[in-house]
Amino acid sequence: MKKASDSTREHSHYKSITHEYRKRLIISGALLVVITFVSLFAGRYPSAGVAHPLTLLSDPMLQQVIIGVRLPRMLLAITGGAALAAAGFVFQMLFANPLVEPGFLGVSQGAAFGAALAITVWGFSPILVQLSATTFGLLALIAAYWLAKQFRFGGWILRLILSGIAIGALYSAGLSIIKLVADPTTSLQDITFWIMGGLWNSTWSTAWSVLPTLWVSLLILLSVRWRVNILSLDERSAHAIGLSVNREKSLLLFIATVATTAIISVAGLVGWVGLIIPHLSRRLLGSDARFSLPGSLILGGGFLLICDTVGRTLLSSEIPLGVLTSLIGALLFIVILSRKQTEVQL
Amino acid sequence: MKPAVSLNHVTYTYPGREHPAVLDLSLDIPEAQTTVLLGPNGAGKSTLMDLLLRWRIPETGTIELFGTPLSLYSKRKLGQTMSLVPQEEGARFSFTVLEYVLFGRSPYIHELAAPTKHDIHIAYDAIKQVGIESIAHRSITTLSGGEHQLVLLARALAQQPRILLLDEPTSSLDPGNTAKVISILRTLSSQGITLFFTTHDPSVAAECAHIVAMIDHSSLLHSGPAHEVLTSSLLSQLYDTHIETFMHLGHLVISRIHS
Repeated sequence: MKKASDSTREHSHYKSITHEYRKRLIISGALLVVITFVSLFAGRYPSAGVAHPLTLLSDPMLQQVIIGVRLPRMLLAITGGAALAAAGFVFQMLFANPLVEPGFLGVSQGAAFGAALAITVWGFSPILVQLSATTFGLLALIAAYWLAKQFRFGGWILRLILSGIAIGALYSAGLSIIKLVADPTTSLQDITFWIMGGLWNSTWSTAWSVLPTLWVSLLILLSVRWRVNILSLDERSAHAIGLSVNREKSLLLFIATVATTAIISVAGLVGWVGLIIPHLSRRLLGSDARFSLPGSLILGGGFLLICDTVGRTLLSSEIPLGVLTSLIGALLFIVILSRKQTEVQL
Repeated sequence: MKPAVSLNHVTYTYPGREHPAVLDLSLDIPEAQTTVLLGPNGAGKSTLMDLLLRWRIPETGTIELFGTPLSLYSKRKLGQTMSLVPQEEGARFSFTVLEYVLFGRSPYIHELAAPTKHDIHIAYDAIKQVGIESIAHRSITTLSGGEHQLVLLARALAQQPRILLLDEPTSSLDPGNTAKVISILRTLSSQGITLFFTTHDPSVAAECAHIVAMIDHSSLLHSGPAHEVLTSSLLSQLYDTHIETFMHLGHLVISRIHS
């Protein structure tokens, strides 16, 4: 009888913690909705600042701006931010390394190289650019993993980061060569846009070219989020618990890479989201991916939306998105690593 | 009695190595008893554990689990039948102890699902079984080595296995925690769970083994009831040093003699 009551008490305790996390998720979601609503009316039309929502009824031009320009761009910012954060989260869990994100392992640089190559060879075709970005992003991931296995010094985290730096540098060098040979009047301009990172070119057509891929990827990652926890264990332990470690890890890394490269193919190099947001989410919602993965999606979406809105409204000329995410991300990174609770062993 | 695990002429060589890590090894692990694999460092104990887990596949020979070839078990079924307490496991993320022990329920949970109330009850029972209720909601990154070892044991028990494999379960523990782990293992054995663990410490084997198997240089040297195998001559031969055994207050005491 005592045994049963102990377990029941334990279940209630567990339930109260999960209830608290659910509450925080709902509040975060509600905040995202509020930020989205404000962003819809923020901009430099009809005047710099936030327009009154009722203006929408009397100003057909504002309707045009919101539906035709801001909405697809904001949808891309939210979904893209969610995808980058989710991919970063999955990378961190699967490599059992809180210091990685797709950019750290050369995936982003590989995707940028792939996009630049496609633009130079085939011209601007969203499908080909996306395909090429995904292929080279995946190649970068495989190469970084393989190289880390070859290194004969240091711990796994250090080796993985160093191999990521090396692969990223190789792709960056490749990108520079492409820029050298690209046509300065056409291709070079498009490539430059990728490197800076931004959503100012977004239309409904660019949004629809990647949104289904992003939504499907996010849905899959969310649906297996509890198992993602177990994949963060030593591979031998995860195997002994009954997981098909290699198959499940490969599949999830593939999906996370596809999501990353899809958003990179339309938004260019947007760094730091995948590194910082999962840290913040774990701090707010604990380490269990059942809560911290959806939390990463919401926070990532909100973060990129805020950066994009600030970037397009603050000055008369647009501040590139990648510049803002790097600035804020790097500052947050310094704060997180300086905190006592952060224990990362290289 | 039918063995829980049966290894028949198993050989395994690591890729790129010339000499096998396990050579033509045959061994029966009886059901509901404690079998201890004893051997010096580098004898092939961990490799044998990997083979039992199907983490590595033997080059030649067969392994059977309750009369069925190991290769015929699905991953899920294998996770429900056998669980592992690793020697150590790095903790990178701050899961709570209960969350960590719940991972052991994975073989019973669908890929797209999460633990249910029933799973939480079983995980908590496992936590109670190893006596760590007081730390159930602490982060695993804040635990001592001894506490962490008990959490790994609780997670393995949450799998409700018929066979429990333990890789050097006491090698990093102080005498107090070692005694605690041995006492838990004895209780588990009395409950009918088949225990198989590796150790390089014959004193640990003396405290809880029914069967002792000695392995050195990749091959099985001796196996049999603990009192027959844990002798001064066999232990001295295994560890290549002078080891004495004697009885004290009804317990077998093993001691290395300084020459």
